[in-house]
Amino acid sequence: MTAILMTLGFIVATLGITAWASRKSSGAASFFAAGRNITAWQNGLAVAGDYMSAASFLGITGLIAYYGYDGFMYSVGFLVAYLTVLLIVAEPLRNSGKYTMADVLAYRLRPRPVRAMAALSTLTISGFYMIAQMVGAGAMVSLLMKDIGMDYSLSVSAVGLLMIVYVVFGGMLATTWVQIVKAILLMAGVILLTTLVLAGYGYNFGAFFDAATRVGYTENGVPVVRDFLQPGLYYKPPYGPLNLISLSLALILGTAGLPHILVRFYTVPDAPTARKSVVWAMAIIGVFYVLTTFLGIGAALLVGRDFIAANGGINMSAPLLAFRLGGDLFLAFIAAVTFATILAVVAGLTISASTSVAHDFYSNVLRAGKSTSPREEVAVARLTAVALGLGAVGVAILVGPSANVAFLVGLAFAVAASANLPVILLSLFWKRFHTGGAVCGMAAGLISSIGLIALSPSFMGAAAVFPLENPGIVSIPVGFLAAIIGTLAVRDPQSEEKYTELLVRANTGLGAEKATLH
Amino acid sequence: MIATPLPDAAENARGSSLSPSRWDRIAAGADFQALLRAKSRSIVAATLFFLGYYFALPIFSGYFPDLMSRKVVGQFSLAYVFALSQFPMAWIVAALYLRASSRFDRDAAAILARHQSGLNASEENAAE
Repeated sequence: MTAILMTLGFIVATLGITAWASRKSSGAASFFAAGRNITAWQNGLAVAGDYMSAASFLGITGLIAYYGYDGFMYSVGFLVAYLTVLLIVAEPLRNSGKYTMADVLAYRLRPRPVRAMAALSTLTISGFYMIAQMVGAGAMVSLLMKDIGMDYSLSVSAVGLLMIVYVVFGGMLATTWVQIVKAILLMAGVILLTTLVLAGYGYNFGAFFDAATRVGYTENGVPVVRDFLQPGLYYKPPYGPLNLISLSLALILGTAGLPHILVRFYTVPDAPTARKSVVWAMAIIGVFYVLTTFLGIGAALLVGRDFIAANGGINMSAPLLAFRLGGDLFLAFIAAVTFATILAVVAGLTISASTSVAHDFYSNVLRAGKSTSPREEVAVARLTAVALGLGAVGVAILVGPSANVAFLVGLAFAVAASANLPVILLSLFWKRFHTGGAVCGMAAGLISSIGLIALSPSFMGAAAVFPLENPGIVSIPVGFLAAIIGTLAVRDPQSEEKYTELLVRANTGLGAEKATLH
Repeated sequence: MIATPLPDAAENARGSSLSPSRWDRIAAGADFQALLRAKSRSIVAATLFFLGYYFALPIFSGYFPDLMSRKVVGQFSLAYVFALSQFPMAWIVAALYLRASSRFDRDAAAILARHQSGLNASEENAAE
């Protein structure tokens, strides 16, 4: 009951933010890019908030609680990935784009085919990511509210409805502030959990990690004791090592291709602020992921893998740890924070996907840039948010509550790294690159990553055609190769001419979109 | 520039209405070329370093589990120490880049200012 009240409290507070934002919000730059007035630390918190999703909190804690060190590999990859964003993508993107990732591509490439492909990949990636969050929400509610008759499907529907409200009425300004509030709450929750775990060991790190080398649980009906600080509990031969490398590639290259992260760099006034906001995000995200060690191993030691498996499954390791440490009240707090996380991330995903559909597909493909008013663009975005929300609710109900949510998100990263990153990189750094190459690269990256996921053990079980769970190691090179081969096949002098302009813009900020004045 | 009819594209028009030769002139300038070289030097070096450091982790954990399972600091395996070291590595690379890039910002601003004053000067000449 406390959990319900706390969650309701967050919902009321964030609806307040949404109401405030909808009064402040006027015009397209405001709806899609928060007027480009977000400061570096605010954007850093918002990026961190987008990134510290239910997948990170519920999923990674669960993976570490089950597999120790091997689960921690997600934490490491998620942080180091921001170096790719910082060094290669954030500044050129801010300097040469407007609302979406595709703006940068459409710069020197023919807009219609490129934008159509970009809208498709944005929808796919956001969809994968969103389903993972919805699954987390559903599992959480089934754990908490079994006794008051709120089941998995109903709670997934409730989350979907709320996020539609945030996006439709508040736009980017509201989702940014919801994200900031949630990032602070989640950090507080994680720090509190960590402190309580360590308190159980007299704040003695040595004692805690000593215990971590002797974690007991049941494997195939036999009690075993494992060292959780050693590699190899999940990524076992023959395909484990390759699978780990494939996942690492997807994480490190996928972040810089995630549409909902990239759009955040349009909400700040200029490229130097974009850069500073990445560093802010890295500081916050880094602390969060270091602490996942204590949450995961804490759950393995204090709750136990067997108990977790019998009470809600791998995704519920963190909430069960909270219950063990602080009873109903603490479980309620962590549950409310988890819901806040899910709502905020899903709203962020929805706004990036609906911006892409409105700006890329509707204005620039369907209407071919003819006479669309900003008001029309915003209306299309709102409509998309409603449709996408309903669609994601449907699929999340079909997928069901048992899949690990960090793993599901890892697949979204693989799609982003295969379909988006190659064309972003090549259009920024290769003069000869052109529309044909971009369309080939995006199509090949999208088809190969999704195809290999469908053929993987996660979907085909023992009969899998493709032995790796994460397709990155094959589909990322396929995306790059297709883009390069498609480019070399023909020449397009026009996109080569425009390269000089892009180069100057990306490196000097000349002509970049300015913040709106108030 | 993409064909966006949005009114707020107008605020961007100052940039995109420049004649194509203006972009070429900036791009051809020795100062811009020097900026590009300095930037790509530090970005390529940082990227190669962090990719190498990062991928050593999954490769060694995957293929040399015995080596990586060796205890090096108390109960910590080599694998865990190496994994934890990725965090300060990322922060340090980011901090170094932040420092280097404030110089790039100054250089870029100086290039734009020079071209702006050059343009004004040539307009004045044309008026005379």
